[in-house]
Amino acid sequence: MSATSIQPVSESHSKRKNVKAKHIRTWGDWLALIVLVAGAIVMLSPLVILTMNAFKSISDYNATGPLTLPSHPTMSGIILFWNNSRFPIKFLNSLVISLVVAVLGVALSVLNSFALGIGRVKGNRWIVLLIMLANMMPQEALLYPLYTMFKKCGLYNTQLSMIIIFTVIQSAYGTYLLSAVYGTFPEAILEAATLDGASRWQTLTRVVLPISWSTISVLFVFFFVWTWNEYMIPMAFLMDDSVQTVPLALATLQGQNTMDATTLASASLLSVIPTIVFYIIFQRKLNQGIVAGAVK
Amino acid sequence: MSQRKKTKRVSYSRLPGDKSSKFIPYLLLGLISLTVIIVVPAIWNVVLSFTRWRGVGPVRFIGGSNWARLFRDEMFWKSFRNSFWIIVAIVIIPTILGLLISSLLTDVIQKKFGSKIASLIRALYYLPQLLPVAVASIIMGWIFRPDDGAFNALLTKIGLASLQSNWLGSPKSALPSLMAILIWIQLGYPIVIFMSGLQRVDPELYEAAGLDGANWWQKFRVVTLPSIMPELLVVILTATIGALKTFGPVYLLTKGGPGTTTIVPSYYSYNQFFQIHQVGYGAAISTSLTVVIIVFSVVFTIIQGHVEKNMD
Repeated sequence: MSATSIQPVSESHSKRKNVKAKHIRTWGDWLALIVLVAGAIVMLSPLVILTMNAFKSISDYNATGPLTLPSHPTMSGIILFWNNSRFPIKFLNSLVISLVVAVLGVALSVLNSFALGIGRVKGNRWIVLLIMLANMMPQEALLYPLYTMFKKCGLYNTQLSMIIIFTVIQSAYGTYLLSAVYGTFPEAILEAATLDGASRWQTLTRVVLPISWSTISVLFVFFFVWTWNEYMIPMAFLMDDSVQTVPLALATLQGQNTMDATTLASASLLSVIPTIVFYIIFQRKLNQGIVAGAVK
Repeated sequence: MSQRKKTKRVSYSRLPGDKSSKFIPYLLLGLISLTVIIVVPAIWNVVLSFTRWRGVGPVRFIGGSNWARLFRDEMFWKSFRNSFWIIVAIVIIPTILGLLISSLLTDVIQKKFGSKIASLIRALYYLPQLLPVAVASIIMGWIFRPDDGAFNALLTKIGLASLQSNWLGSPKSALPSLMAILIWIQLGYPIVIFMSGLQRVDPELYEAAGLDGANWWQKFRVVTLPSIMPELLVVILTATIGALKTFGPVYLLTKGGPGTTTIVPSYYSYNQFFQIHQVGYGAAISTSLTVVIIVFSVVFTIIQGHVEKNMD
């Protein structure tokens, strides 16, 4: 979905000029601030309400409803979900799958893009078009054949199946983006590398890779987050508790229909925490990637 | 006689004097994996759409009868009509709001209140985008719980108890509630993209427009909008594709119901695949969705090309 957050990376001229003139804040400016903050509060409110209720007991919830702070804060809902869903295993599954996909997906994108953008392999336009189509494909148009294939070769219900599938899906996007970036890679730098006697492999690893590092790290972050968030294919492929991911843990529990309001809130909160932590860790990287030009 | 030498056209890479064919090894792994994981399954799915198959046992070819059935299937058409409303919720409303919010953030908040406050507000809007769609959906499902949900409680608190409803469970409100949830999930995406596009705009353009006495709306129309046209088009394209593919929220919140009020193509085909085991029919639905997405993308990309040409 959030496919193009990286588009501006290829724009190298995002120099911000310092506007030094001292501005006076008009009432209109304050109005804009108030409206935007109010909107942000609305956006945030579901998560705030969720957090308030994640620490409530059922009786507390039934007595006071969802809009008050817990009168006797309790961790019991969180502990219950932690144990029932075997949360640590699911967390580890999500982490391993997303991390490996991000690494492999980036590697595959770089190799493809090097051949397409810098190597200009014959038919490169057609190949990029094919990759674009692959990227737009709705997952359910691949779902049943993949399901049959992976069942046949015994990889169904394994983390490896997810790693293979999502590495290819993510790298299709990565190739589409990165080959465009490499297509405009500064000619002079490539010439200099050739004059210095660099081989193709050396040009890739010593020249192209270091210079495009910021785009690559943005791709890495996106691949990680996208894979972590995947839902449909993991749901169809990962049957056993021991191989499932964090989003599946929550969805499975919700599907059992036995959860009361506070347990569901605790479970959701626990499923959200890793994402928030990643956001805090990645945010700088993300902004760096978006703001800093990929090629200078 | 043989003056004309047949020159084989050799294409060259961007490395001086290096033939592009030398780069083929770098592409092999990518092409093979793309073929196995995407191209072959996609073709296979099209083939399946001409069969009757229950997922096990023999596959029977039945020609075009799945397709004939599709065109008479009211549920199928309903699912695409619902896609239109999903597009309103994922593309149209978030893009318009995103344009306003991002330009206010860049043009007013960042300048007058500092970029720290602007990026904090941006982060809050972006937060739902970052959550796994499954988790975001379940959270909102929890907010809209019929009996003890937070939204109904809020209505009571502000004296609108009569408006309480089983938001996702009643035919009248299910689709609008689903749309509201999708807007909440989606809004951060255009904001972040537009804001990073707006960083490109020379502040002097705004200053000049300001000196000419342009008000905020005029500056928005003359400076902001044209500057981020590339981002705008990309957001519309990707968000529309995303909207057509919507699955998780529907599966987790309404299962297409009540009745068929929230059914979407993606959920309909999944339902055929894994719940009633009509693999051939499911394949026909997902193939038709693929065709719609490809046709939209091609048409849109052509329009995009024209727009960009006109801008130069």
